Amino acid sequence: MIINVNECTDFRVLNKRVRDTADKDIVIKGCIGQRYIATGAGEKKVTVHGTPGNALGAYLNGGEVYVYGNAQDATGDTMNGGAIIIHGDAGDATGYAMRGGKIYVKGNTGYRAGIHMKEYLDLKPVIVIGGRAGSFLGEYQAGGIIVVLGLNGDGMPIINNFCATGMHGGRIYLRCGKLPHKIPSQVRAEKINGESDMQLKGIVEDYCRYFDGMNAGELLNANFFLITPNEENPYQRMYTDN
Amino acid sequence: MFKSNLGEAPFEGEVKIPSGCAVSAIIDRSGKTFTGEKIIRSIATMHDRSNGLGGGFAGYGIYPDYKDYYAFHLFYNGFTSRKETEDYLNKHFEIVYSSEMKTRKVKGIINVPIIYRYFLYPLSKKLNNSLMDEEQYVVKCVNQINAQIEGAFVFSSGKNMGIFKGVGYPEDIGKFYLLDEEYKGYAWTAHGRYPTNTPGWWGGAHPFGLLDYSIVHNGEISSYDANRRYIEMYGYKCSLQTDTEVITYVIDYLIRVKKLTLREIAKVISASFWSTIEEKSEDEKREETFLRKAFPSLLINGPFSIIFGYNGGVMALNDRLKLRSMVCAEKGELAYISSEECGIRVIEPELDKIYSPAGGEPVIYTLNEGGKE
Amino acid sequence: MDTFIPAGYEVVRDAERCTGCGVCERQCANGVHKFDKSTGKMIADSNKCVNCHRCVCMCPTHALKIVKSDDTYRLNANWSAQTMNEVYRQANSGGVLLSSMGNPNDYPVYFNKILLNASQVTNPPIDPLREPMETAVYLGKKDVEIKRDSQGRLIDTLAPQLKLSTPIMFSAMSYGSISYNAHESLARAAEELGIYYNTGEGGLHKDFYKYGKNTIVQVASGRFGVHAEYLETAAAIEIKMGQGAKPGIGGHLPGMKISDDVSKTRMIPKGVDAISPAPHHDIYSIEDLRQLIYTIKEATGYKKPIIVKIAAVHNVAAIASGVARSGADIIAIDGFRGGTGAAPTRIRDNVGIPIELALARVDERLRDEGIRDSVSVVVAGSVHSSADVVKAVALGADACYIGTAALLALGCHLCRNCHTGKCNWGIATQRADLVKRLNPDLGYKRLVNLITAWTHEIKEMMGGMGINSIEALRGNRLMLRGVGLNETELKVLGIRHAGEDM
Repeated sequence: MIINVNECTDFRVLNKRVRDTADKDIVIKGCIGQRYIATGAGEKKVTVHGTPGNALGAYLNGGEVYVYGNAQDATGDTMNGGAIIIHGDAGDATGYAMRGGKIYVKGNTGYRAGIHMKEYLDLKPVIVIGGRAGSFLGEYQAGGIIVVLGLNGDGMPIINNFCATGMHGGRIYLRCGKLPHKIPSQVRAEKINGESDMQLKGIVEDYCRYFDGMNAGELLNANFFLITPNEENPYQRMYTDN
Repeated sequence: MFKSNLGEAPFEGEVKIPSGCAVSAIIDRSGKTFTGEKIIRSIATMHDRSNGLGGGFAGYGIYPDYKDYYAFHLFYNGFTSRKETEDYLNKHFEIVYSSEMKTRKVKGIINVPIIYRYFLYPLSKKLNNSLMDEEQYVVKCVNQINAQIEGAFVFSSGKNMGIFKGVGYPEDIGKFYLLDEEYKGYAWTAHGRYPTNTPGWWGGAHPFGLLDYSIVHNGEISSYDANRRYIEMYGYKCSLQTDTEVITYVIDYLIRVKKLTLREIAKVISASFWSTIEEKSEDEKREETFLRKAFPSLLINGPFSIIFGYNGGVMALNDRLKLRSMVCAEKGELAYISSEECGIRVIEPELDKIYSPAGGEPVIYTLNEGGKE
Repeated sequence: MDTFIPAGYEVVRDAERCTGCGVCERQCANGVHKFDKSTGKMIADSNKCVNCHRCVCMCPTHALKIVKSDDTYRLNANWSAQTMNEVYRQANSGGVLLSSMGNPNDYPVYFNKILLNASQVTNPPIDPLREPMETAVYLGKKDVEIKRDSQGRLIDTLAPQLKLSTPIMFSAMSYGSISYNAHESLARAAEELGIYYNTGEGGLHKDFYKYGKNTIVQVASGRFGVHAEYLETAAAIEIKMGQGAKPGIGGHLPGMKISDDVSKTRMIPKGVDAISPAPHHDIYSIEDLRQLIYTIKEATGYKKPIIVKIAAVHNVAAIASGVARSGADIIAIDGFRGGTGAAPTRIRDNVGIPIELALARVDERLRDEGIRDSVSVVVAGSVHSSADVVKAVALGADACYIGTAALLALGCHLCRNCHTGKCNWGIATQRADLVKRLNPDLGYKRLVNLITAWTHEIKEMMGGMGINSIEALRGNRLMLRGVGLNETELKVLGIRHAGEDM
């Protein structure tokens, strides 16, 4: 089903059509700021041309969402499964509290990507960012994997300030030769070669399948920093019983 | 001037005064008009339900020659307030006729204010500039006079109807205004008041009017402040602090703004108990459940019996527990409503039908050629 | 070197009555009691005692009592022993003081300074035993547009509503902060009573999905256990923006409390700390709240009311107005005395405002702005009794949440040590041996008893006022009078002083 929308289309009308149709393959054309697209969706493939509004694919529980354009804020909020593939940039709080599924961004993300991401049993969320990430990447991260590839080639740092603040689980891979900013003492950074990490390899190979002109082998043949919680210096209990 | 001689007791609107009362109404559904003599006799029979601190009447169809004009009845405490009010009226309305109201001396009616009547309609230019509809405009002007001009009070403002009220026993008030001689209407309502503590202000007597709506009410509602605080959200100001005032506004809001029918309104203000609704037909259950869920704050609780008068009809309604008495009767085209049966029998001993409506069941009598319902 | 802090309470054993049966030893998770072989007697270490009264209640011969210790520092009206001890604790540990349950300090309780009206002569009181007396409440938006079908019949255009048999619900307490058996008791009681309990932010245990139609689920900043089915199962969804005991503070359930089952329910690995950040990181402003509300409405097809819970803070009326305009169906306001499983002492005891004042202002503000109909108001934060419920409704609340009172019904003795996870009553603990002490078959009955009794009392107070439907009580402030309140307090509460006329 193809749905043509314009700036006059109310998100409620659009989303109701997406929800109610039996069609499993939905294409939205001319999207301009309509929020909550594919929120809570399960098995559908939704392709968005244009600029989807905030909270795209929130509570997503399976299926696929493709965006040809930039996504705004809170993409994949509390997402549980499925895939969101963005052929462009994504805004702030991408993948907030995400528990499963994957978000692949070709370009950059704003602040707080992957904040409070967590994993549970076989649910292991993944975010891959082709360009660079804004500040507070992986804040409070409790599980899951975040990969930043830094493919912009513009000399700008791959991450911004306060990466991994409060991180107590999961992994962050940053593809760079040296860390551009200090990281908290409660997490540790380890320099690795991309090809040596099987988990990373699988993710990058999968990512490259979605985007033209990306070569997993080339991407992996580089230095990565792997950031994980520092077991020797965890966030201390700061309380005393009263 | 407006006050009786009860000294320094506060005005209506300064405190909330509980009161008990008697109510009565007659309507000729064929539209034939008759003088106020019968309604006076009806309410006089229930003399002991009043205590001389307030009585009043509303007559419908009484101004056929001026039926397209708003009839304003005003109390003044002197020449200055009259002058000020008339200046205001001239600025906002075209006055087609005005005169001091004819009254007669009656023993026991004292401290009488100056009483005037005006037939008028809004100046079209003023009305257009106001961006209000005509009724809103009139109501706003009435409220402005009542709130802002010291010593002036509009106590009736509908078309082809009039309210007559004052401090005294209702039968004396009726005679004072010559209702038994000067006016003929197709419907009359009456009220005798038994306030527990009041200066007996002429403006505070009942009926309470809003355009052609008039309400007489017997009882003291327990939901007053819940109803008041809700309705005041929608632009009403309960300045008199009487139950009658808030009930009038509630009904006005539901009719004019929400466009509910009188029967639906009865299901809001005197809603059936949930357990009763459960036993009703599917359609009724759906409707009444919706109305109760949508307008919980307009449920009027505690004892009340009201007679709501409007151009074309009267509605009687009791609280849902029927804590106040109310009797209805019919004889040919005539229909009667009264707090007590004696109030009906005294004017029509032989009735076709007489019954006590159930609590919360509205009784609506309209003119035959179709009043609103 | 730690300063020794003497016990505030002493365990006193009546040697005559004690049979040395050892029940006290087995009942105490804090290890206060033990059998002393050398003397052949039971002895107690008062320093370990939290004064939860478990041993006192369980001792078969009533040989135990706990008394306030008469050990005292040199009396000082400025420096209380409690304050001095807090300094010692912090000097010993360098830690932030952590407490549980609601603010215990001596602030005014406004409910206790408000008196109710009753009918005499001019209108009749109603006997609740013989006459119908309605306490049912619908929560949700009331601002309807009247629409009719082709036959002129009214169409139900109301937003989704929650029906309560009585204006009381169990407030949010997460699985993790309280036990499985406590949750089961709350869920079953809510179902039997026709009211709702609230999962808090810890997810919903699979076993309790069957109570979904009486369950409010919470979405908090940590999003624990939040997924499509969780939202779908619930009767309503509450977005937790704040909590009265710790406004502006997030939550931290330590890894030791993340048991197998808690881990499953929260959908996080066992033993890993569960951190709820202070803000929702997608809500930095009021328009973002609208976004989260509609995200959930979209995810659930606009079929469920959305509650937004905020803490009562200084500007609560303006905040509530913003929330009402953001699409929330219900606002829950939690006063500064509200309970908690753990909160920094200084926050709990010093931040926020009393619920009575917050409620009065919120209700008035929403009416001033003409939007009281677009939202229902639920209040929490130390509702102690049915009289408090009646007063709250008359001030303008649609319903109340109770937390502490419900826990007391389950056996809690307010020892205020929930954060230690060693609750001897089986409530605020995940230790299997302790949890099993709370029998949900009995627990839920006690909750049903409590709410049933309160509802009877509410009916009696309503009847006295000549009111037979709770709708006519809501916002009916003429039914209230203040005692011992100053002008400002009366003005904020919107009530007159006792003795003033109607």
